[in-house]
Amino acid sequence: MSGLDIQNISLDLDGNKILENVSVSVREGEVVGLIGPNGAGKSCLLKSILGLLDIKSGKISIDDQNIDDLDLKERAMKMAYAAQGAPVYWPLTAETIVGLGRVPHLNPWQKLTKNDKIAIDYAMERTDCADLSDRLVTTLSGGERARVLLARVLATGAKYILADEPVAALDPSHQLQVMNILSSLSKSGHGVLVVLHDLGHALRYCDRLILLNDAKVIGQDVPEKILSDQNLKNIFGISASRWAENGHSLLSPLNVLDET
Amino acid sequence: MSRYVFGNTVLLVALIIVAVLSLLFGRVDLSFTEVVDALFGNPNDPLTIIVRELRLPRVILGIVVGAAMGVSGAALQGVLRNPLADPGVVGVSASAALGAVIAIHLGAASIWPMLIPIFAMGGALAATFILFLISARESSVLMLILVGIGISSLAMAAISLVMNLAESPMTIRDMIMWMLGSLENRTVSDLLLALPFILFGWLMMINIGQGLNALSIGEDTAQTMGINIKGLKLRVVVGSAISVGAAVAVCGSIGFVGLVVPHIVRALICNEPGKILLPSALMGGLLLTLADLVTRIPQFSTDLRLGVVTSLIGAPAFLYIIYQTRKNMR
Repeated sequence: MSGLDIQNISLDLDGNKILENVSVSVREGEVVGLIGPNGAGKSCLLKSILGLLDIKSGKISIDDQNIDDLDLKERAMKMAYAAQGAPVYWPLTAETIVGLGRVPHLNPWQKLTKNDKIAIDYAMERTDCADLSDRLVTTLSGGERARVLLARVLATGAKYILADEPVAALDPSHQLQVMNILSSLSKSGHGVLVVLHDLGHALRYCDRLILLNDAKVIGQDVPEKILSDQNLKNIFGISASRWAENGHSLLSPLNVLDET
Repeated sequence: MSRYVFGNTVLLVALIIVAVLSLLFGRVDLSFTEVVDALFGNPNDPLTIIVRELRLPRVILGIVVGAAMGVSGAALQGVLRNPLADPGVVGVSASAALGAVIAIHLGAASIWPMLIPIFAMGGALAATFILFLISARESSVLMLILVGIGISSLAMAAISLVMNLAESPMTIRDMIMWMLGSLENRTVSDLLLALPFILFGWLMMINIGQGLNALSIGEDTAQTMGINIKGLKLRVVVGSAISVGAAVAVCGSIGFVGLVVPHIVRALICNEPGKILLPSALMGGLLLTLADLVTRIPQFSTDLRLGVVTSLIGAPAFLYIIYQTRKNMR
């Protein structure tokens, strides 16, 4: 079955168990939210899938191909990563940054081809940052920068997008923009795995949720089931208020529950 | 013509002009035709000896050494993602100086003058080897910088010890003069000693441009773009160590070229860390050849040292550029 399949992976870092027998999957056309309290192992799970951390055991496959059989470039063409915080170290133009998305497709000396330019333009169009092309990223606002970095991810042409807290530190309108972009990408065939802290976004935008706690998967199901009062109480220690508006189910954390 | 091609062309033309001027001026000033005649003339003619055996090797050495420092500075700043990195940060310059100072202390120059650069090369290679062992295992940038600082400090301490033990003030003077850097009296032998190592270093760094560009958005992201980060770091650290080590071995510590050149190039040509390598090489060669020409202005005594001139030109240029580009650095 095509998709991103993670079977029974375990990860140790400095003798600490970070992930224990974690099995998750992402199909094309869906947004899968990865939620859980701080330190649950969400970012490490993303990094393990991407090959940035060496797993102790388990199997990761993309579209039925074992990831160990793919070299770095082949992986890069299938999975793209939107890192947390997304730093940019030099004052480069937005277009240059987005163009970096084409690196997996080019050998070290190759210049951008016409196809690469089409992919870059498409990515900037989709993320609504075409008018930023010549701006230096260091002069962009947080929201503009987030869109440019998302365009970089999209320009890779990778089917699977793994995003680590892409809306952290963005104002509400930019949060909605980024979530809408991720959601629209899934509709055009991408599989998206996104780490989220905002349970409201998780409920509203994700097709499925994976709840991670203490290195283990607690549940993997539609948002309504994962965000049960029981789970919110046991895992996050909160209660929530729920309502519906314009056909969206909404949720907002309400109170911290006593740990008794 | 793009700004990049234009910038490189201007640098290349300027480099050729300064190189030709360097062949003309010195203790004896020659005309252009005299230089051309001397280059292809009778090998026993004194002018031919001056041009072929003294000035030409000095000019070529200046270009190569400057280019080595420029490229290494640009590559290290790119891989460490730190605009303050320079070839000195990995500790090879100080280690090469230690080798030279030991050779001077042992009176090696009176046995065979080439022993000084050979000892310096030994020091640089020892430091490079330590860096290689560490960067093959350790991938954290911070660790590499700290190890470089450690190697550098240790070498400086050992230099102080050797100076402390020196028997005459003349020896200490020789050591300090060596460390201030110079291209004076360098011959074909110096060129032949340094060139293979410098070229080897460049060869290691030959196709790092794409990786450096990818690193602009972080190590993890670059790796998910198919870049072998560990290999890239190893090649940049060892490649720049070996070429700068060889450069310092033959002409002493020359400050500021490796730090300042990439900044000038970024301000004038472009910011992409992978694309600044070539212009940094040209600019490094240009700056060093120009500085060497300044040391030959007769009004300054022959004791004006190259490293002093490069720092005197480099530091104000650096401050000016930092001031000009400060709004982009936030």
